[in-house]
Amino acid sequence: MSTTSVAPAPPGTEGQDAPRAAARRRSGGRGRRTAAAWGWGALGILVLVVVWEGYKALAPEDGVLIGDLRVLPRTTDLAMPHVWEMLGRLGEPVTRAEGSPLLWAAVALAALTTLGIAAAGWLVGLVVGVGFALIMQRWRLAEWGLKPWILVSQAVPLIAFAPVVKSWGSRVEIGSWEWPDWLSVAVIASYLAFFPIAVGALAGLQSPARRDVELFRTYAAGYWSTLLKLRLPAAVPYLLPALRLGAANAVVGAIVAEVSTGLQGGIGRLLIQFAGQASGDPAKAWGPIFGAIVLGLVAAGSVALLGLILKNYRRGEAA
Amino acid sequence: MSAGAAEMPPVVRRPRGSQDVRARATRERIGRVVAPIVVGLAVLGVWQFLVSVVGVSDYLLPSPAAIAEEFVAFAPAILAAAGVTGFNALVGLVVGTVLGILLAWAAAQWRAIDAMAAPVVAALAVVPIVALAPVLNTMFGADSQFGRQAIAAIAAFVPVFVNTLRGLRQAAPVHRELMRVYAASGTQTFRTVTLPTAVPFLLTGIRIASSLAVISALVAEYFGGPRGGLGSFISTSAASSAYARAWAYVVAAIALGLLFMLATALLERIVLRHRPAA
Amino acid sequence: MNAVTISGVGKTFDTKEGTTVALEGIDLTIAEGEFVSLIGPSGCGKSTLMRLVADLEQPTTGSIEVFGKTPDRARRDQDYGIAFQQAGLLPWRTVAENVGLPLEIHKTGKAERTARVAELLELVGLSDFGGRYPDQLSGGMQQRVAIARALAERPRLLLMDEPFGALDEMTRERMQGELARIAGETGAAVVFVTHSIPEAVFLSDRVVVMSPRPGRITDALTMSFAGKTGREEGLREQASFFEMVTAVREALHQGSPTTAVRGVETR
Repeated sequence: MSTTSVAPAPPGTEGQDAPRAAARRRSGGRGRRTAAAWGWGALGILVLVVVWEGYKALAPEDGVLIGDLRVLPRTTDLAMPHVWEMLGRLGEPVTRAEGSPLLWAAVALAALTTLGIAAAGWLVGLVVGVGFALIMQRWRLAEWGLKPWILVSQAVPLIAFAPVVKSWGSRVEIGSWEWPDWLSVAVIASYLAFFPIAVGALAGLQSPARRDVELFRTYAAGYWSTLLKLRLPAAVPYLLPALRLGAANAVVGAIVAEVSTGLQGGIGRLLIQFAGQASGDPAKAWGPIFGAIVLGLVAAGSVALLGLILKNYRRGEAA
Repeated sequence: MSAGAAEMPPVVRRPRGSQDVRARATRERIGRVVAPIVVGLAVLGVWQFLVSVVGVSDYLLPSPAAIAEEFVAFAPAILAAAGVTGFNALVGLVVGTVLGILLAWAAAQWRAIDAMAAPVVAALAVVPIVALAPVLNTMFGADSQFGRQAIAAIAAFVPVFVNTLRGLRQAAPVHRELMRVYAASGTQTFRTVTLPTAVPFLLTGIRIASSLAVISALVAEYFGGPRGGLGSFISTSAASSAYARAWAYVVAAIALGLLFMLATALLERIVLRHRPAA
Repeated sequence: MNAVTISGVGKTFDTKEGTTVALEGIDLTIAEGEFVSLIGPSGCGKSTLMRLVADLEQPTTGSIEVFGKTPDRARRDQDYGIAFQQAGLLPWRTVAENVGLPLEIHKTGKAERTARVAELLELVGLSDFGGRYPDQLSGGMQQRVAIARALAERPRLLLMDEPFGALDEMTRERMQGELARIAGETGAAVVFVTHSIPEAVFLSDRVVVMSPRPGRITDALTMSFAGKTGREEGLREQASFFEMVTAVREALHQGSPTTAVRGVETR
């Protein structure tokens, strides 16, 4: 998988003596370790904040230049607002106009809108991706013909299509049905989610050991019962990282597509809009950035939650 | 259980004679090359058919021929734009790789750094980094390509860090214990065992990073900043209804992505040429 | 009727180096309820022979009958159960669900399935472990689950490919005792592939000795222990047991006079 940063976990080996991983995982001290991990993570973020503020305090106003090339940013309040200003700004109204909502509320609403579109795209990508994987697993000719294309597609900037897909909006009409703009965005999100899911699902469906497949053959099990009782459960450890990557891709795709199609209402539009007001209100531009970060984390976290539900299917994974 | 048609195909190939198997192997080799080509040609054919016979409008799908025409007509401009975006991606890839290696090395040395970096990097992997683009443009100045390079660098950093760190931890216990038996120093162990073990992982990280760097550098252009790259031309062409031209730029973007992928794959090949395939 | 009738079976494989003759001129009949071990050094085709009976591969020449049917028919009728060297339990299923897997695939009713699984777990002494997952069991316990699973459809033939090969010696001897008891209780014929001489001698009514390149049957020795028929632990220490071990060892050496019998454990 080429755009994955984390390869699918290969299921562990069986037949070893002594109860393994699962028992250890359940043993005490788990809560403490989780807490420690969160603590260290928070410390890591704190370090980033300290670096930001430290650089702002110590570096020259115009940044660090080598010749004409600025290699480190300007440190003015305009370019680099204080972290507390960014956070504080979230609690203030979006504009000075009467009845304007607070910034965080506006960002949250936009993020939810984008999340909805990304989720729709992710679902379509999931269905189509798993469908393709099933076809490729079933017929080797299909795998030979399609897999190289899917692998290459992962490595090329397919997202470049985003502005082109915009042209579909409002010009496609089927009967009384008009192509809504958000659908263009969802289409881009879905095809970005599709590729890693198809690749991961195929790897998972092909993952059962020959021994297991032969066992099902000795049971005279047909294609469907082998699929349902062996291949799909065995695919779960491969599918989960692919789904997480697909979710992250869908979010990026949705945001980029919102920006390039100019769709209103989502976080992508807010990013551009508030960045345009940054000269007067630099901290405001950071609001949608935080929103986008939370959005990505929520999308990936939802998949992690799915992993918890399916935890019995992950017992084969090496701990 | 009936012997229905749903019976799955035999798991084990059934060789009836030696010619049979060798023929099958040959068929597989040919199939693996021919099948993707056939699929590619079929897609192109259906595409051209949709446009020229069914009459799908230009804004929905320009014909391959029209795109090729535009590509030739605007070749110098496209090449220049690809140069801008490609340079941004390259700078980002190099910077991100260097940072990724350094931090991975530090994380392998000191547990505290690992514990702090791991969650932040895990978050970076799923967060839309490109959202930083507009702010980075303000930070470095609107005429600077630096924001895009920074986006590409952050995107490239993540897989390099993750894979390198994993690689640094891959040294087989038997090798480590061997070095201990030899009373080798820490530096010696690092040089002779830890680093060589990590190299294939590092290269995998770079290969993944190269694609991400191109994608990020390109996408960052949609978020404003100076014109000149492929991304900005794709959006301007699309906005001015020059759809075939927009697609021509998209084709160039895909070619750029392939170039980066092939270059890093080649690097991997060359460096690992003396190692047995994993 | 015989459990297995193998007549004139040969099997060739194609590799990069050319054609390998895995089996040649194999004739063997196994009676109902008979325990037959296939023993020989690595590469003698003993596993292949078992896989031919299981219809996991097809013979190049000759024919095989399982209870008078083709192996394919016997497989569809679930006339045999099988266990491999690795337990091969599905990690996402509990022990009980693993044992019930073949019943589930063959659409046995839920109540009947539950009863049968309980019976099988009792038989292999794992009644308390039905709700556990495979990764919570030791290797020996996993292998017992695999045996229970192989017995689920009450097969009259049990095919076992080095099922205790990955276990330590102590666990292995205990499992051999259990298997001898289970085979006796169920009355099933067993084809048991192994490369351990004492294991073959302890378990079998008949030990079939094979030699490699090409895989052939060189000898078939009927085990007799001076009037004793049971397979109690004490058997391992009797003089007649050692006589049989010696007989099998000599048969193995005759099968490959020039080279040492690599791959055969003589412990």
